[in-house]
Amino acid sequence: MSAAAEPLRDTDIGEPELEARLVDIWKTPRGFFGWLSSVDHKQIALRYIATAFFFMTLAGIGAIFMRLQLATPDAHIVGPDRYDQLFTMHGSTMMFLFAVPVMQAFGVYLVPLMIGTRNVAFPRLNAFGYWLYLFGGLFLWFCFASNNGPDVGWFDYTPLGLTPYNVGHRADFWAQMITYTEVSGLVIAVEIVVTVFKMRAPGMSLDRIPIFVWASLVTAFMVLFAMPAVMVCSTMLILDREVNTHFFDVALGGDNLLFQHLFWFFGHPEVYFIFIPATGFVSAIVPVFARRRMFGHTAIVLSLIATGFLSFGLWVHHMFVTGLPRLGDSFFTASSMAIAVPTGVQIFCWIATLWAGRPRFATPLLFVLGFIFNFVIGGLTGVMVASVPLDTQVHDTFFVVAHLHYVLIGGSVFPLIAAVYYWFPKVTGRMLSETLGKWNFWIAFIGFNVAFFPMHILGLEGMPRRIYTYSADMPWAGLNLLSTIGAIVFAFSFVLLLWNMVRSGLRGAPAGPNPWDADSLEWATASPPPPQNFTRIPVVTSLLPLWTERKTIPAVAGLRADRREVLLSTLTEAEPDVREPSPEPSIWPIFAAIAVGITFLWSIYTPWAVIYGAIPIAVTLTGWFWPKGSKEDERWTHAPS
Amino acid sequence: MKGFAAGFVCLALTLPACSSVQSALAPEGDTARAILQLFLLFMVVCTAVFVVVMAFLLLALVRRRATPGEPVLRPDPIEERRMAWIVGGGVAATVIILTIFTFASFLTNKSFAEPRPHGLTIKVTSHQWWWQVNYESRDASQTFETANEIHIPVGQPVKLDFESPDVIHSFWVPNLAGKQDLIPGRYTTLTVKADRPGIYRGQCAEYCGIQHAHMAIYVVAQNQSDFGRWRAQQVKSAKAPSNAALRHGQQVFQSSPCAMCHTISGTNAGGQVGPDLTHFGSRMTIAAGTMRNSMGNLTGWIADPQRMKPYTRMPAVALTGPDLIAVSRYLESLK
Repeated sequence: MSAAAEPLRDTDIGEPELEARLVDIWKTPRGFFGWLSSVDHKQIALRYIATAFFFMTLAGIGAIFMRLQLATPDAHIVGPDRYDQLFTMHGSTMMFLFAVPVMQAFGVYLVPLMIGTRNVAFPRLNAFGYWLYLFGGLFLWFCFASNNGPDVGWFDYTPLGLTPYNVGHRADFWAQMITYTEVSGLVIAVEIVVTVFKMRAPGMSLDRIPIFVWASLVTAFMVLFAMPAVMVCSTMLILDREVNTHFFDVALGGDNLLFQHLFWFFGHPEVYFIFIPATGFVSAIVPVFARRRMFGHTAIVLSLIATGFLSFGLWVHHMFVTGLPRLGDSFFTASSMAIAVPTGVQIFCWIATLWAGRPRFATPLLFVLGFIFNFVIGGLTGVMVASVPLDTQVHDTFFVVAHLHYVLIGGSVFPLIAAVYYWFPKVTGRMLSETLGKWNFWIAFIGFNVAFFPMHILGLEGMPRRIYTYSADMPWAGLNLLSTIGAIVFAFSFVLLLWNMVRSGLRGAPAGPNPWDADSLEWATASPPPPQNFTRIPVVTSLLPLWTERKTIPAVAGLRADRREVLLSTLTEAEPDVREPSPEPSIWPIFAAIAVGITFLWSIYTPWAVIYGAIPIAVTLTGWFWPKGSKEDERWTHAPS
Repeated sequence: MKGFAAGFVCLALTLPACSSVQSALAPEGDTARAILQLFLLFMVVCTAVFVVVMAFLLLALVRRRATPGEPVLRPDPIEERRMAWIVGGGVAATVIILTIFTFASFLTNKSFAEPRPHGLTIKVTSHQWWWQVNYESRDASQTFETANEIHIPVGQPVKLDFESPDVIHSFWVPNLAGKQDLIPGRYTTLTVKADRPGIYRGQCAEYCGIQHAHMAIYVVAQNQSDFGRWRAQQVKSAKAPSNAALRHGQQVFQSSPCAMCHTISGTNAGGQVGPDLTHFGSRMTIAAGTMRNSMGNLTGWIADPQRMKPYTRMPAVALTGPDLIAVSRYLESLK
């Protein structure tokens, strides 16, 4: 090939020109349609995070209404019908529309930055997943707003979720919401796996992958294996309801425990794909604020992987009172106990890192410490509910409500807020206020414990879950009132967080690329990161690139400077392998999501929707994949310099 | 031991007063007591673990502080090795504790699984939202049906056979035993034993629809002689009305929609949908524990069930004021 035909490479031009060109190539087009067609992983992740927090706010307001209703005996703030919708919406939203998406979205934002690449694999699929998730969530909340929210609990057990015990379409709305969010969850999982496996910066061999990236990877694999189970059971449910199949119809040979097995085979790993990314946040934050590298890096990575595997062997502990054989129950007690070991390893390693470090008490670390406190309580009550005899007393009582909130809020939301404080400067270029941050922490910590600790006692005193009221004869009023007060205080801490984000986002101190003097690659680029993430792809020479080579990170040379291009590397050693074009922005993913979304919604009313809906889906997918004549990937020819 | 145990739990949980109305902390039966003992073991050990972990965390935080601008610390290999031992020890302790927990839990569970000789078998059928209770016997004249109240003799294991024709419910009387689901299409069972005479409240523990909150059941544990008397009364047909007013009440019951759903043995009211009312006047509560059984509550309930327990399956029956009073009086007379 002659020199004239050679495409423009980053070696041909100077730094300022290269940066200007890359920004121009990677930026999202202007205008409303440009905004809709964005495939930038950072923009899409932020949309996910904002949407997830929006749904969290709705579900949180719902929780406040439930707490007000339970604050006093025989209250009439919401009636039983609304109350049942509220707890169903609260659980479904928090699990499917908030916790899982927000954790995955942090992965979508951070993983490419942490591994030194320019976008996720399959960026258009990423956009498609977001739109579908948005439509699914809005759809569910519109149902609720029209007094047609699902009312069968976030697990929608059969036969309560079947006709004739649930007439109308409430349970169908629940089942289809699952379909929407599962598709988006699976989409992200696929992207994360491929991104981590194939797009790591040269030199980032397996032993140099940051723990948060490992956490995202383990989570992605778990999603791939667990989510099909809930798709199967929610689909069987809707088939039973709409086309008279009999999967769960006892009279015709169906089985109700089948639903529970399928649901919890997903449902238990789900808790861990909320929790594992959260431990990833903690493992990113602890070393930075302890001012030393993580003690037991390998042990923590192995613990994450072990947790991922073990979490698939515990689902029956949600079914200890269904009358399954006792010997089988005991096996699941043992496996549920066993998962405490890798979790314990992580906690001990974090404490050891702090022990040998010099802790710097900024807000992210405070939330991490709050996490350790709350999560140890949640973990210990988890060990209690793992025991079959104890579970027969506390199952489906407020003790379990307390336990699960200690694990999910204490164990995952506290790290999430820590992550918000920690990465906000990276995302916006401005620091959050530390003063407000400390208020935020203490109000959240106290409010959370006042709200949820009394529930342990209520459960032991015999208060079951999912009751919309209780009689004044029961001795539950005082602790319920206390819990409600705590819940309101806890809710206020989120108002403070929002206020801090708005205020600091507008007027906060400029952050610079690395305000916390952190170790991982996302801090090597500007804050906020430019559209191309890195003007030159870094070459990784150690686990802690910014601590070992503070000033001079080596970089890859030889990538094209005239089109979107990413560098693929080998799986284990991350040697440069292939240069591949990265997709341009496209409007088709949102059209495809609209087509798929309408098909899902329509199929609630007629099975024919699946047939008719296939036509617009085919059209939009054709548009999406229409060949543009661009050359496919090219072998890597330049050695990294 | 029991006093100590209860005292410890009250203290540990900073409980104002251990109420025994429906509580896992005040066992009155052997199963509930074994569970509470296991709970105390877990509680003591877990509290200790929590204190130790938090102590380490606190020490880790106060040992040294960061000085601004200080470079990243270089780990000291000797300290690293020492910490590896401590962390390893912590993990080993975790494994040991979990193993002990698993075995303790297994042994307790095993003791529940062993078949126990029992004197009495009672069939409990759950409905949205009440409990049907059938006393079974080889002698057909000794069988009878009641609702929302189970009487058992003290000190005797009683076997409860469960069945649910509609949705999943869960039988839970925490003072006596842990809970057991009632699942359509599946046979489940639970054996309970009460140590002392008393009234133990229970409540459905599996979300079963819109009135899940009002689905209570009472277990009344009685001395053998009291139980015998109660049983002898229950097997009888309903008492014939003793005066004209009660006779009018009976007539209203039989000629109104009441009789479509409810049975009163010895009369021609034979409905199978709602609770058997043969000895309604002897029961403590109305509508599965929703309210106390009194003349006033009963009249209000019959007049407008949807107000007292919204969405209950019982419809309001249009009765004139005098008829309403008469039918309530009649039902209250059915001791």
